[in-house]
Amino acid sequence: MKWARHLGIAFLATVAFACLLADFVAPSYAHQFRDEPGAAPSRQHLLGTDDLGRDRFARVLYGTRVSLLLAPAAALLSSLLAVLIGGAAGFAGGWVERIVMATTDLFLSLPWLFLLITVRALLPLNVLPITSVAITFALLGCLGWATAARVICADARSLAHSDFILAARASGSSGFRLLWRQVVPNLRPIVFAQFWISIPVFILAEANLGVLGLGVAEPLPSWGSLLRELQSYSAITGQPWQFVPLILFVVVVSCFHLVLLEQESPV
Amino acid sequence: MLNRHPMLTSLVRHAGRIAITVVVGGLLGATLVRVAPGFGIDEAELDSRLSAQSIQALRQAQPGQSLGAFYFQYFVRLLRGDLGTSRSLQRPVAELLAERAPETAKSVALGLVFGWTLGLSLAIAVVMSCSWTLDLMATLTGGLLLCLPAAVLALIFQLARMPGRLVLALIVFPNVFRYSRNLLARSASLPHVLTARAKGLGDFHLMFWHILTPAAPQLLALAGVSVSIAFTAAIPVEALCDLPGLGQLAWKAALSRDLSLLVTLTMIVAVVTLVANSLSDLLGKALSINLHEASA
Repeated sequence: MKWARHLGIAFLATVAFACLLADFVAPSYAHQFRDEPGAAPSRQHLLGTDDLGRDRFARVLYGTRVSLLLAPAAALLSSLLAVLIGGAAGFAGGWVERIVMATTDLFLSLPWLFLLITVRALLPLNVLPITSVAITFALLGCLGWATAARVICADARSLAHSDFILAARASGSSGFRLLWRQVVPNLRPIVFAQFWISIPVFILAEANLGVLGLGVAEPLPSWGSLLRELQSYSAITGQPWQFVPLILFVVVVSCFHLVLLEQESPV
Repeated sequence: MLNRHPMLTSLVRHAGRIAITVVVGGLLGATLVRVAPGFGIDEAELDSRLSAQSIQALRQAQPGQSLGAFYFQYFVRLLRGDLGTSRSLQRPVAELLAERAPETAKSVALGLVFGWTLGLSLAIAVVMSCSWTLDLMATLTGGLLLCLPAAVLALIFQLARMPGRLVLALIVFPNVFRYSRNLLARSASLPHVLTARAKGLGDFHLMFWHILTPAAPQLLALAGVSVSIAFTAAIPVEALCDLPGLGQLAWKAALSRDLSLLVTLTMIVAVVTLVANSLSDLLGKALSINLHEASA
């Protein structure tokens, strides 16, 4: 399945590159073409315009950019938290590990989406769109560390009992130095896998929040707010091009899963 | 006494974990809600038509008590069976829960039954038939469903005028199929299964006694997890498909910043998912012990 993985990486790279060029190939996501609300695709507007006359192609590009830049940022935050919490717990072992793992279990058993919508909905209404983006993805990063921490803790525990750590201890290395120089570098593959696994999870979570009206604030587009347009039934029936964000979303998330194919365990 | 009964020990441990999680989880949930920026701000305050006195009155109507006091009062009321009153809906929380819980229970149960039936039967069919095309089709369908947010699936079902409850089945299905397919495929490749097959054992016996039974403890663990998956998906599904359940209530409570309702809902869903996970864990453990004794 190497070809599928390469295909996934190539597609993701192409989409990321296209999003970076959004400033040059599309008008502003917020610019309203007041004479052309709800226009069909044309040479000027490749995917037509929305009800407010905003270029849909531009909104797809900018929305994809928001999700593709910030979901990895949230995944990085959650992976860092997982390394700090899980890595330290697994390395320390004993009661530290038991307490940390009990906390992780508690975190995992709490209904994640319930917490997420609660905290998101309680935020002030008058925030700038850019602030709402930062808040949404920071919340995802802060609340999504538990699963990764559990995996990393198990890996750190087995590393802590390995021969090379024993040799390092015997040669006088201990504490933070041992953790930083010997354990953390060996956790890198599992941390990378967890980071990569988290990205599609956070993209899906943001889309769920966006469709529920609790995600990124208008006029800044994100996949959640773009997919929310599917709610207008009458508009969709005559405008199949409104499904383009959905198709792009599914393909991009599939590509993340394809890239993970070789890293996932069989069961 | 507990040392002599491993199942009893397990039961006590799970019950203790649930109790601790409920108290600490509820406190954490309340803390998050209480300290989050925006607590105590009513959306109506932004209405420019309101006078300064009206805005002041609105501010005074907001709960201003500290988190500790709020939580203490909450637990005292809880012990009396009083879950408080919803600020946004102006109705007792217990009444709202009693009204909406059956709807969510029905949706989640239907989703689990359909999702498990579809996922497990497809996994069995794929493993028994060894059909490459069936495997590919099922994997692609499951993969596609995993890439769709629950909210979008709910919207698509709305557009197609299909029953929203089925969305939960489509959320559960890919998780069940992917995990059980891998699990059963691994079981099917074990040497004793190959021997039984070579000796001419029928497909049904082979699947039931030699593939499904050893995999049952892990499948039970998956059953516990799938309850959490279904409950989490219930929020967007009920909110968008207009199903009057707990998910829709949570969404409405979140939008109107209804603290007492949100904390209660969070605790209830946490308890349900914990009980489901503990039950599946205990059943899996009991089954493992039985299987071990039978093989010995």
